[in-house]
Amino acid sequence: MKAIVTVIGEDRVGIIAGVCVDLAAFNVNVLDISQTVMQGYFTMMMVVDVSNATCPVAELAQKLDEKGKEMNLSIRLQREEIFQAMHRV
Amino acid sequence: MLDFKDILATQDMIDKRHLDIRTITMGISLLDCAHEDVNECARRIYDKITRRAENLVKVGQDIEWEFGIPIVNKRISVTPIALVGNACKTDSYVPLAIAMDKAAKECGVNFIGGFSALVQKGCTKGDWILMDSIPEAMQATELVCSSVNVGSTKAGINMDAVAKMGGIIKKTAELTADNDGLGCGKLVVFANAVEDNPFMAGAFHGVGEPECELNVGVSGPGVVYHALQSVKGQPFDVVAETIKKTAFRITRMGQMVGVEAGKRLNMPFGIVDLSLAPTPAVGDSVARILEEMGLEVCGTHGTTAALALLNDAVKKGGVMASNHVGGLSGAFIPVSEDEGMIAAAQSGVLTLDKLEAMTCVCSVGLDMIAVPGDTSAATISAIIADEAAIGMVNSKTTAVRIIPAPGKTVGDMVEMGGLLGSAPVMPVHPESAVDFIARGGRIPAPLQSLKN
Repeated sequence: MKAIVTVIGEDRVGIIAGVCVDLAAFNVNVLDISQTVMQGYFTMMMVVDVSNATCPVAELAQKLDEKGKEMNLSIRLQREEIFQAMHRV
Repeated sequence: MLDFKDILATQDMIDKRHLDIRTITMGISLLDCAHEDVNECARRIYDKITRRAENLVKVGQDIEWEFGIPIVNKRISVTPIALVGNACKTDSYVPLAIAMDKAAKECGVNFIGGFSALVQKGCTKGDWILMDSIPEAMQATELVCSSVNVGSTKAGINMDAVAKMGGIIKKTAELTADNDGLGCGKLVVFANAVEDNPFMAGAFHGVGEPECELNVGVSGPGVVYHALQSVKGQPFDVVAETIKKTAFRITRMGQMVGVEAGKRLNMPFGIVDLSLAPTPAVGDSVARILEEMGLEVCGTHGTTAALALLNDAVKKGGVMASNHVGGLSGAFIPVSEDEGMIAAAQSGVLTLDKLEAMTCVCSVGLDMIAVPGDTSAATISAIIADEAAIGMVNSKTTAVRIIPAPGKTVGDMVEMGGLLGSAPVMPVHPESAVDFIARGGRIPAPLQSLKN
């Protein structure tokens, strides 16, 4: 089962590291990363595999949301199907 | 591979344009709860609802987190209580409403619909008892919604029931006068009511429906409004196309959530209701969409045409996005629940007569409208009869949800609070329809050919 992680916030040292450490702790495998800086904002999208995650996806999304608040970023994990449904026929 | 742009576009719709799943509504059959003792019947109703809907809210919340899409309301609809209660040896179904209310609170949902009767052709003993129980039931409960279907294209209009409901609405307003007649916000009178509607106050679980199913209502006036801002001044072909594309995306999301929720709750997914349902929040208004098309204020000349286009384009876009479409499916125009409608009504541009014309081309009808507290029961019945006639002749659902706010006059505001919003009191015609309503009987079903 794949999910998309999006991270948006002010650019600074250690954003990718911080998010990846958390994902690894829940046994979530990162499949792809792309990132850019848009109007001074760090914007990252990761495709991750949550099939073997050590907690339910809903819980994982909540934990990342909390982590984002700690780091003053928006971190969102959403199952990929929502984007497929809306943007692919 | 997904495009970064698409992902950000979805998140933007959710964060800034109020995109959400408006409701997941579990329909539950209560036909097997009938019993001649009303208290035993109430106990069975409570047990069945709490058993079936035990996990509804939890599943909804899990899906919200997993997919990152808000599901604003989790609700329950049940078999029309007049059918379930008919076997009871009693003269009041209020205990059944109280059982529904308790069960809804136990499950954590925010509304339960189905304190209803279907009387388009005539009334059974149970139907009369139900209608008589409505005012007290609306007073004694918080979450119970009530509806009565008084007409249909096949049966005509039951004018005895129309006459009755004018008085019931007045009495409901009086019993809930402390809250500006709040009870009437949870009471709707239909023609051509649908059996799988997930939206309140009119949701009930029809007799043609399965034991249990999950219906979904999507929304997104804010998303449509935003999309139209990018095609300013362009021809209506472009407007229609833009709305269709937006509706398609919104509906696909609803379909996905409905199927997923049904699977987790171990029940069939029923339908997606393709409605544009506004909320009182700024940026989530149907009226503002109509104004974006080029009208200075919603309610002026051109409003009916704009609404007709919007309603049709939403359906065309949505219908391909879902494998089962149902419910009311169209644009809603509830005055109190739409920031733009409230403003238009306050300015005096949007009148009851214009709203009636608008209901000819869109979903539902005169919805969440406040009228002066001294409006007579006969006048309310006459308003219901007019709406029912529009529904009957045009083979569509119409409804009246009207609040004769006790002690209020034209220009006052009625505060319903929360989801139901607030509405300015609108004027009604003072001339009497008493003799018209006093006739009773039935208006025959209309001819379905020779249409002109």
